[in-house]
Amino acid sequence: MNKEVGTGPEEGCCNVRQPDRENATVASATAGQADTFPKLLMRNARERGSRTAYRHKDLGIWQSWNWAEMAEQVRAYARGLQELGLKRGEKVAIIGYNRPRLYWSMCAAQWLGAIPVPVYADSVADEMAYVLDHAEAVFACVQDQEQVDKVLSIADRLPRLRTMLYDESRGLRDYDHAKLHDIGRVIEAGAKALKANSAASAGLDREMEAGTGSDLAVILYTSGTTGRPKGVMLSHYNVITAAEIGCQFDGLNEEDEVIAYLPIAWVGDHVFSYAQAIVAGFCVNCPEGPETVIDDRREVGTTYAFAPPRVFENMLTITMVRMEDAGPLMRKMFHFFLGVAKKHGEKILNGEPVPLGARLLYKLGDALIYAPLRNRFGLTSIKVGYTAGEAIGPEIFRFYRSIGVNLKQLYGQTEAGVYITMQPNGEIRADTVGRPAPLVEIKLDENGEVLYRSPSIFGGYYKDPEKTAETMTADGYVRSGDAGFFDETGHLKIIDRAKDVGKLNSGELFPPKYIENKLKFYPNIKEAVAFGQGRDYATVALNIDLTAVGNWAERNNVVYASYQELAGHDLVYDMIAKHIDEVNKSLASEPAMGGAQVKRFLILHKELDADDGELTRTQKVRRGFIAERYAPLVNALYDGSREADISTEVTFEDGRKGVISARVKVRDAKTYPATAPERPDAARAA
Amino acid sequence: MNAEPMNLTGTPIPAKKGEILLSVENVSLRFGGVKAISGVSFDIRKGEVRAIIGPNGAGKTSMLNCINGFYHPQEGQITYKGVRRARMKPHQAAAAGIARTFQNVALFKGMSTLDNIMTGRTLKMRRGFFWQALRQGPAMAEEIEHRKVVEDIIDFLQIEHIRKLPVGKLPYGLQKRVELGRALAMEPELLLLDEPMAGMNLEEKEDMCRFILDVNNQFGTTIALIEHDMGVVMDLSDRVVVLEYGRKIADGTPDEVKQDQKVIDAYLGVAH
Repeated sequence: MNKEVGTGPEEGCCNVRQPDRENATVASATAGQADTFPKLLMRNARERGSRTAYRHKDLGIWQSWNWAEMAEQVRAYARGLQELGLKRGEKVAIIGYNRPRLYWSMCAAQWLGAIPVPVYADSVADEMAYVLDHAEAVFACVQDQEQVDKVLSIADRLPRLRTMLYDESRGLRDYDHAKLHDIGRVIEAGAKALKANSAASAGLDREMEAGTGSDLAVILYTSGTTGRPKGVMLSHYNVITAAEIGCQFDGLNEEDEVIAYLPIAWVGDHVFSYAQAIVAGFCVNCPEGPETVIDDRREVGTTYAFAPPRVFENMLTITMVRMEDAGPLMRKMFHFFLGVAKKHGEKILNGEPVPLGARLLYKLGDALIYAPLRNRFGLTSIKVGYTAGEAIGPEIFRFYRSIGVNLKQLYGQTEAGVYITMQPNGEIRADTVGRPAPLVEIKLDENGEVLYRSPSIFGGYYKDPEKTAETMTADGYVRSGDAGFFDETGHLKIIDRAKDVGKLNSGELFPPKYIENKLKFYPNIKEAVAFGQGRDYATVALNIDLTAVGNWAERNNVVYASYQELAGHDLVYDMIAKHIDEVNKSLASEPAMGGAQVKRFLILHKELDADDGELTRTQKVRRGFIAERYAPLVNALYDGSREADISTEVTFEDGRKGVISARVKVRDAKTYPATAPERPDAARAA
Repeated sequence: MNAEPMNLTGTPIPAKKGEILLSVENVSLRFGGVKAISGVSFDIRKGEVRAIIGPNGAGKTSMLNCINGFYHPQEGQITYKGVRRARMKPHQAAAAGIARTFQNVALFKGMSTLDNIMTGRTLKMRRGFFWQALRQGPAMAEEIEHRKVVEDIIDFLQIEHIRKLPVGKLPYGLQKRVELGRALAMEPELLLLDEPMAGMNLEEKEDMCRFILDVNNQFGTTIALIEHDMGVVMDLSDRVVVLEYGRKIADGTPDEVKQDQKVIDAYLGVAH
């Protein structure tokens, strides 16, 4: 295995980011002899057999299995699968919520050289049928009746599927068990067979020995926002390397505890809750159910956590709402110490100098507020927590850091085996995704698209060489599809999906989502739609947040009767103008973003609504549709007029339709000269 | 699973054709001059899901109250497990294996889900009040035993996340589920459900149907339920008895009942 990464002499200049030298040696002592997950499992059984491997809260009690027990179970399971006729190279679909036996199903399949294909349990039947059929799954290991029913409902489209296994038997008693098996029984039968037949036992171990690191370990289907899901093929070597990158970067070891609650089909969960656990030997805790995660996390006291931003947002919102019900003394104390944390907390966590008085005050706050808060969140023992998937609001990010939770961001993709960039300790900022992860090389192409290369990148899309060729360059880089740039400190910032990044008439970059996100981080702004593709300058149409602005209006004696009236208020415009000014300042200071400053803006007279087709059901703005629907307003943004009339048809919740007309004001915003150097990292000749 | 998809076996559980668990003969119930039930007879067989339907005020809940000994009919008799009952008290009915839930949720609002379901075990407790208060030695061992049963029920009804919340804070649909849990904690032979799906949204109804079928399937519990949602009744039940103004107007399988003209006139044809 590559201990030192190649120096990448080709574009030796600034456009290729070298991984940190001292980080480049990823410990790979294990990979020498144990190059597959089943082999690593047996190593764990030998070296740390009595340490807990998996826990599952069932019937109100944490049931646990140590590595020796898990190895025994997986081995028996593999034998059971062998008896059911599973062969090397065949695919096994894994469907369900995070359960130890589903993770073991992956390992047992890998033992025999079969390839697990985790599938999103909540995907609709049609999508599941596509994935199972495309993957040519012959076995399916599912959690319970719900999934059994779902697979049965599409069984006629899956001629290859031979056998189904389930973890929870409830409700399945009367099903035809000719091709349906209880995982528990399969394991029992396997154990019995191994005991009775030593030749079978030796044969099984030979199967495991026959596996090598270059074998396909897993196929992970990307959720695919556009088109059909694609099957990302990762070898044992890829996944083990990815796991080692993460373990080494954050010093994870067998003492760590994680909670497995994200979809098992997602690469993050596969690496965190399966690969890293086996590589580093730490313990994976499976909660009782999706609703109990927060409580279960608190009981376990995880040391390493991963969550998409919305999880952190939710926890914070719940806390804030509950604090409103607390007694006045409590509330005062809470807000006072949060203020202290906001001022000094992050600096203390980053090890920056802080005056003694502030340090003492923070200590007091820690005893009274922060520690109990962390306890509530189940983050008391957290060593490092990650958020990824989408942009996290800087306020939320800083909040957690200020109360002493080492929250970081990373940028990853399934094709990379997760890690592309990560934030090293002491270099954590809300607006970047960090430096290239160990062993990862990154370059940017002329459109600002991020390309990366590492030992953990995938071997291609399953049965789709065309897409593979589109994604992988000749020199082994993978196109991420995301546009980004490196800031002056060497941190990567992701702007948007590369195909969404447009150009102004001047040829300067116009990243709509990036501008919108910056605006939406202000609590007063609920939605933002940026225009500018093929235009002379960038403009935005906004929705104010009625709760936040309404609250502000009350405190400032601004009288209003409706959203429309409040949105058109001059003082509201003044307030929003200030936010836009700040966004422009920040855009001006960023490389390549100076041209995308907002020149003119307006506040829409109605809230954008999915019922009117303006938002998707997942609350994303449909830019094109909005531009069409509000054409008079968009024109006004560009023809210099001060106001514009508009009338739009709206659909009320009961399905009735009506028309809202309004005169909407348009304001100019101040722009700043770009201060940052023009795209220092852009590859001029890629 | 090659070409032919797997199927449910489709054969009904043999017990459903089994012996009569409870029979009601010629029962009449009066409150002063008001006749709530007059001369109703039907039976409930072991292992079946039996629905009692009818318009408002038809006497459905009164019928359930007669079965579990809360009301005492002036005429007629009720035979449970081959034993003809004289005046039976509700707790005797409970001890004999009849559990029920109520039209309006009747839980201990301030107690947690866990404790509420635990109260369903009261009749199974062997140690007296004193031992339980001490919570030592054998009483502790017994509590652990009961807790196991309760945890099985919590798992079965998928209410792990509300295990420790006071039930008063829960949404209505979940309270109904907790109530079902408490009834199940008695390990009943006959479970009486009074409008288990009233006031629920579609999703909650579907969940509840699933649970009722699972209870019937997994534990072989005989179920008698009152329900207004015709779709639910027709899907769930093996046999349906229809009451109107305290009289029985039809009795049979859902299909038979659906086609009965008297039922159509009385109930199905009228929009509610």
